[in-house]
Amino acid sequence: MSDLEIQAGLGRSPRTSPSHRFGVAEVLAGLFGLFLITAALFPALVAPGDPLGIDPLSAFQTPSPAHWFGTDESGRDIYTRVSHGTGSSLLIGTLATMIGLGLGLVLGTLAGMLGPVVDFTVNRFLEVLFAFPGLLLALLFILIFGPGVATATVAVGLATAPGYARIIRGQLILVRSSAFVEAATVLGRSPGRILVRHVLPNALAPLFVLGTLGIGQAIVWASALSYLGLGAAPPAAEWGAMLAAGRTYIGSAWWMSFFPGLFIVLTAVSATALGRGIERRMRHA
Amino acid sequence: MSDETDVGVPGAASVTGAGEGPGGVAAGVAPAVRVRNLVVGFGPKDGADPVLNGVSFEVAPGECLAIVGESGSGKSVTARSLLGLAGDNAWVRADELSLAGSDVQNLSEAQWRRRRGRDVGLVVQDALVSLDPLRPVGREIADSLRLHTRLDAAARHTRVLEALERVGLPDAGNAMRKRSGELSGGQRQRALIAAAIALDPPLLIADEPTTALDVTVQAQILDLLATLKRAGTGILLISHDLAVVGRIADRIAVLCDGRIVEQGPADEVLTRPRHPVTRTMIAAIPVDKPRGLRLNPRAAEPVLPSLSYQSGVAPGSSPDDCDRDTSPTTVLEAIGLVKRFTRPDGSEQLAVDSVSFRLERGTTLGIVGESGSGKTTSARLALALTRPDAGEVRVLGQAFSAVPEKERRALRPHLGAVYQDALSSFDPRLSVEQVLRDAVAGGARRTGRVGASAGAADRLRVLGLLEAVGLPQGLLGRRPLSLSGGQRQRVSIARALASGPQILICDEPVSSLDVTVQAQVLDLLDELQRNLGLSLLFISHDLGVIQHVSDQVAVMLDGRIVETGATARVFAAPEHPYTQALLGAVPRIGF
Amino acid sequence: MAEVARVAPVARAARVVLARLGGAAFVLWMVATLTFFAVRLIPGDPAEAILGGPGSQTSPEALAAVRAEYGLDQPVLVQYLAQLGRLITGDLGRSYALNQDVAPLLIGQLGGTLLLAVLALGVAWLLALGLATWSSRGGRVAWTVGSGLEIVAAALPHFWLATALIVLFSVWLGWLPPISTPGAAGLVLPVLTLAVPLAGFLGQIMRESLLTALESPFVLSARARGESELGVRWVHAIRHASLPAISLSGWAFGSLISGAVVVETIFARPGLGRTLLNAVTVRDVPVVVGAVLIVAVGYILMTLLTDLAQRIADPRLRAR
Repeated sequence: MSDLEIQAGLGRSPRTSPSHRFGVAEVLAGLFGLFLITAALFPALVAPGDPLGIDPLSAFQTPSPAHWFGTDESGRDIYTRVSHGTGSSLLIGTLATMIGLGLGLVLGTLAGMLGPVVDFTVNRFLEVLFAFPGLLLALLFILIFGPGVATATVAVGLATAPGYARIIRGQLILVRSSAFVEAATVLGRSPGRILVRHVLPNALAPLFVLGTLGIGQAIVWASALSYLGLGAAPPAAEWGAMLAAGRTYIGSAWWMSFFPGLFIVLTAVSATALGRGIERRMRHA
Repeated sequence: MSDETDVGVPGAASVTGAGEGPGGVAAGVAPAVRVRNLVVGFGPKDGADPVLNGVSFEVAPGECLAIVGESGSGKSVTARSLLGLAGDNAWVRADELSLAGSDVQNLSEAQWRRRRGRDVGLVVQDALVSLDPLRPVGREIADSLRLHTRLDAAARHTRVLEALERVGLPDAGNAMRKRSGELSGGQRQRALIAAAIALDPPLLIADEPTTALDVTVQAQILDLLATLKRAGTGILLISHDLAVVGRIADRIAVLCDGRIVEQGPADEVLTRPRHPVTRTMIAAIPVDKPRGLRLNPRAAEPVLPSLSYQSGVAPGSSPDDCDRDTSPTTVLEAIGLVKRFTRPDGSEQLAVDSVSFRLERGTTLGIVGESGSGKTTSARLALALTRPDAGEVRVLGQAFSAVPEKERRALRPHLGAVYQDALSSFDPRLSVEQVLRDAVAGGARRTGRVGASAGAADRLRVLGLLEAVGLPQGLLGRRPLSLSGGQRQRVSIARALASGPQILICDEPVSSLDVTVQAQVLDLLDELQRNLGLSLLFISHDLGVIQHVSDQVAVMLDGRIVETGATARVFAAPEHPYTQALLGAVPRIGF
Repeated sequence: MAEVARVAPVARAARVVLARLGGAAFVLWMVATLTFFAVRLIPGDPAEAILGGPGSQTSPEALAAVRAEYGLDQPVLVQYLAQLGRLITGDLGRSYALNQDVAPLLIGQLGGTLLLAVLALGVAWLLALGLATWSSRGGRVAWTVGSGLEIVAAALPHFWLATALIVLFSVWLGWLPPISTPGAAGLVLPVLTLAVPLAGFLGQIMRESLLTALESPFVLSARARGESELGVRWVHAIRHASLPAISLSGWAFGSLISGAVVVETIFARPGLGRTLLNAVTVRDVPVVVGAVLIVAVGYILMTLLTDLAQRIADPRLRAR
């Protein structure tokens, strides 16, 4: 993922009047987010069954009141598995985003604060990283450290870092050259005080939004790695791994693939909707 | 659109020529536009507060009517309503609305399209963005021909050349292949006018056609409009500036809050205004007004009932200081300043070239020049925001630009700054109170006060500042974004005063304000200067403003000061040809 | 006089081009360096990996022979310089797993992936432009629908979209093959899978700038000249809306290659992506490094092309 991908998510909504009401999309996204967090922290609360409990007699059942999302080849309840998989999928997405943001913050701050020489060096370094577009950096990382949940998480974080770094650098440079920072200089404020009082709060305020938007994409990416057999492996109840397991039965049991994927999509959409909502509120605040 | 008038019958206006407005349209010639009782609103139909409320006027061929009003008065909505472009959620109602003699109410969108460009042309403010920056201007001009005629490409080419020659663009064949960004401000404004008159419409609507232009270019564009007028085009000139329209308007209508408060022959409105709104606007024009004369007669109460915000400022900068006015000493001095910039293509540009000036205590030095003359760079050099390539700036007799920022910080409280774009000079996260508290807190720290008592003292000083600039306390909690332009500039002035400075550097402080608001801010600065003994470095492109506020004036051209001297002398007997040209171009009433 | 005026811009353009090419060469060199040293972080003995992994019983003599053959017994710097030398001559080494030269192997796979990517990029542009143009016309409802569709499209993981398309069009409707057979029919689902999420991203950006363009003064001027809504969009707004999307082309290329890894695997389509994934799975280092380098070269070429396309589409950039 690159900065542009994130910026696409940051797109402006139409010139609506500054409204502090919640939009329908934001409310729905918020509700789904609440469900996900509940499922992640207390999976038994939303799905009391055992995600790994096999029941060969009820294998391949279509969605029904008894099994909302159907069952898999071993008769495991897909809804239970999807709910119990929320924790690991969210954790992977959040950790990957934090790694990406953290690295991006370090690189971006170095480039944006330490003068032209460091800026030039970091920029060239970022250009080199950008030449490993998308999954490539992640695949290279997995080649070196081997597949698995931990490496997949770090790999996604690493792959997102250059994009974050570029945004953070841009923000810092924008704010540092802004008229209000000059005005503070004219008032006789020291560079340290200007940094703490004006530059950092204004430059880093979008980080929260970036993070929210990024989690959705990070989950999509991490599950893609799992799907390709490079991240979490079946029978783990991770969404990407569940999809990979359902791949064999696409023709007969579509629900095995459909519902885990639906959760990935809904999570990513909710993250985008929430991120944009927060951003809009911040702008009009 | 309207349910109150007859279904439009093209060509058959529902009223006769009897009872016409003061324009005196020649009998038998259809006016280019006639509007009676125009009401325009946004949102639900017949909802509260229409933006335009009963506006009536007409423009005859070969006549220029100027509609003058401040921002928010409904000028631009008037222009757009005449083109059927008031907006998707707008409703338009009128007793009569006709272009070139035929009724245009109840036109379908397709019918409107056939009239736009043919019966009426539009010229708007900034040609840089009013011509598609991605297309050659020739194509833009040819568009109206493509849309309204069956001319082939070669014939259109000829017509485009003709149009460009009519608007006086040199080397038309070459110019038509350029994009708006490749032309100078005056050239592209001419190209935009050419696009509007390509089909020779009987009516040309010019909405602030010269606002973004330098004064000399502005005069040329106004001359061009006057030429078109003499050739028979009816011109509806929309402007915020009475002095500008005075140059070419035959009649003037003053618009205020969606109503025309006064309408009549130009010299009558300008010399014998009847309505208070018109009088205020005319009084607010600073040209030829002596220094110290209030521009805003309505608010003549004294400012600064208390100077409480001054307490705690380091001694020596207080206005009560007895040796303050004894001998005129130089508070700010620029010696041989040079600043070069590297252009994107690698070549060098001398933005400021051996500029020297002295600002004497308690006086105002005005620096005037057109865009690109180096005024703003000079201000930034004076504030030590930019390092000069040669020369130095001295403040209160001490080295300022030549010392490191750390040492300079001790002198910074003596300098306040007011910027053109006040809004962007405020941290967008902070409220007015936080902005001002930040500004006064530095002073408190210097005098060594700490803790709760300092907080309370700060609060008092913030209130004092607010009072000094004439703002109500209720604004404290607001963000600058939610304030009006004039209020923002007052907050900006309050911030500049917070450290008790002796020098105020004002870079185009009133350029983005309405004339009456500009008058109030100029009055405020004048009053503050007299009460606090401030010395002002005042930078502006507006000769009228400079003439009104300055004791001394310096005229800049291409990075150099070409003429300097006492304001009265420079304005009465300019020596340098450039100064003479500038003064000749200044729009003034009754020239 | 005229001569001088003409020479200066040419010299300037030449300088710009040279600087760009120099920058690209530098990035390529750093990419090669980075991969060379990154690969050395792989735990274990590369000679063992060449002979079939740590599990295989290999004689010390065989290991020594392999080390000598691949130059693994040389100092790191020598290996590095030798690798750079080989890269310059287009030699990407030999695959561990396939016992084949990497360069011809990957180049043979390149065509299929490029075809997929180019088609997907075209379809994505059409979808995005269509949706953006439509949703900028119809007021709030169309805006919300368009914006919602784009957000959902952008959130669709390739692997899930591919699955859904296969279930719908192959399993249920039986219209299209579930795996990518040679010929046009076999391309439809892979191209759609790649195009829809990309269209979501491009559309968000295009609609944003389309709206800005439609609100700008030059559109008011055009309308005041009698231009129709359709004309306003085609003559003016679309071009402005395309500019930021063009600048995204480099990124879009990366996204398409990432997607190709997934899509080629699901649709069992031969190509660079699938080869790369297989190589990562069996840790066939030369193939992975070769594929990464080829993609990096492609990405750099793409950014250069993007630059050129931007200058063509936006004359304002040419002056700089």
